[in-house]
Amino acid sequence: MTNVTMTINGKAVSGEVEGNTLLSSFLRDDQRLTGTHIGCDTSQCGACLVHVNGRAVKSCTMFAAEADGAEVATIEGQANADGSLNVIQQAFQDHHGLQCGFCTPGMVMTTAALLKDNPKPTEAEVRAYLEGNICRCTGYHNIVKAIMAASGQDVSAIAAE
Amino acid sequence: MYAFDIERPETIAEAVAALGGEAQALGGGQTLIPTLKARLASPDKLVSLSSISEMQGIRLEGRDLWIGGATVHADVANDGTYAALSDLAAHIGDPAVRNRGTIGGSIANNDPAACYPAAALGSGATIVTNTREIAADDFFQGMFDTALNEEEIITAVKFPIPEVANYQKFVQPASRFALVGVFVAKYADGVRVAVTGASNEGVHRWSAAEDALSSNFSAGALDGLSVPSGNMIADLHGSPDYRAHLVKVMTGRAVAQAS
Ligand SMILES: Cc1cc2nc3c(=O)[nH]c(=O)nc-3n(C[C@H](O)[C@H](O)[C@H](O)COP(=O)(O)OP(=O)(O)OC[C@H]3O[C@@H](n4cnc5c(N)ncnc54)[C@H](O)[C@@H]3O)c2cc1C
Ligand code: FES
Ligand code: FES
Repeated sequence: MTNVTMTINGKAVSGEVEGNTLLSSFLRDDQRLTGTHIGCDTSQCGACLVHVNGRAVKSCTMFAAEADGAEVATIEGQANADGSLNVIQQAFQDHHGLQCGFCTPGMVMTTAALLKDNPKPTEAEVRAYLEGNICRCTGYHNIVKAIMAASGQDVSAIAAE
Repeated sequence: MYAFDIERPETIAEAVAALGGEAQALGGGQTLIPTLKARLASPDKLVSLSSISEMQGIRLEGRDLWIGGATVHADVANDGTYAALSDLAAHIGDPAVRNRGTIGGSIANNDPAACYPAAALGSGATIVTNTREIAADDFFQGMFDTALNEEEIITAVKFPIPEVANYQKFVQPASRFALVGVFVAKYADGVRVAVTGASNEGVHRWSAAEDALSSNFSAGALDGLSVPSGNMIADLHGSPDYRAHLVKVMTGRAVAQAS
């Protein structure tokens, strides 16, 4: 067991971890931040996506020990200070960008990473950036639409509910 | 996963000292962690290379682009000094994989469908380890096999920058790795063509195409050539004949788009 200390959504936390404790397990089991989801065993689905030092990473494919000293952002820190949905979350709701919601935390965190680097992405750029986020329900169109809307662009011409 | 400890050394010397026995190097973990989850590896210790600052970064060294072995794909993608290499890095996996996966890990792993081995072989790169420098031509020794010894780590890769180059990847639709990928680079003294994804021998050079393109650098120079399918991979995504055909098509596209 080793002790790790990190900042999660602006709050300093510490805990004991094994060498093989994944960051996702630390968040979910130790910190009880269960908004970060686990959808696969193969690093492919992106449901577990969080930001570490400002960069999107799959928390199931990084050890908690490697995040010692890091700044971590998860879905739990995304809402506005008054608890209302942030722009990205609201756009997902408005444009029906989710159905079961299992992939949504990863989708929202991926969107936040994309819009930080590229505030007005094209539809093609959005689709390319979603390469590592799998959704079994929506067929992606409304997710793409929500992301375009969250970036402040007109989405009336984008295909389809 | 089986149990293991993690160490996070800050220098190459400390990392090398920590390796040995059943210890294993940890790059970005984008290949190794899924392998550990599947219990296909059982190290007793992982030595993380990501805190070693002397293995980070990208800089020009004479006519070579030096890339630290622990540099992540996203940083190479954003660099742009060697455009074809940055473009290749920008199309590995997805954004999160590119934020963790490293050039040293990719080259050490030598997956037969990986992208960086094609760039290293196609550029005639030099693989720098903690003990020696190895020419790419001697480094890649077949699927998942390299010249690395136990406990040897890739500290950097040096790429001679070509006049023009391009990488064309025909994406395997499920894994998004290369079903066939071809890296073409034109240097003053000739053209190099490296093929990944296609062969049971792993990444390799296509010498007939190199000869044809060295005297006439145009897609048409490939017209009379055919790629033997004998050693090509057969799986549900493509037959050997299909892969052999793709090698030629992808080489032609890479030549046409080289810049
Ligand atoms: C969803 C997904 C999609 C991907 N798509 C692609 C793709 O399209 N193209 C592609 O090329 N790759 C792809 N990859 C693989 C990715 O590029 C990995 O990052 C890379 O293969 C391994 O690098 P790593 O730093 O993560 O190494 P790790 O997983 O940490 O290690 C891999 C192996 O290399 C060893 N090792 C690591 N670093 C060093 C070093 N510096 N010196 C010596 N040995 C070392 C480790 O001990 C281990 O055996 C994908 C991966 C995922 C999860
Ligand atoms: S749970 Fe992390 S990528 Fe699927
Ligand atoms: S909304 Fe169900 S997986 Fe995406």
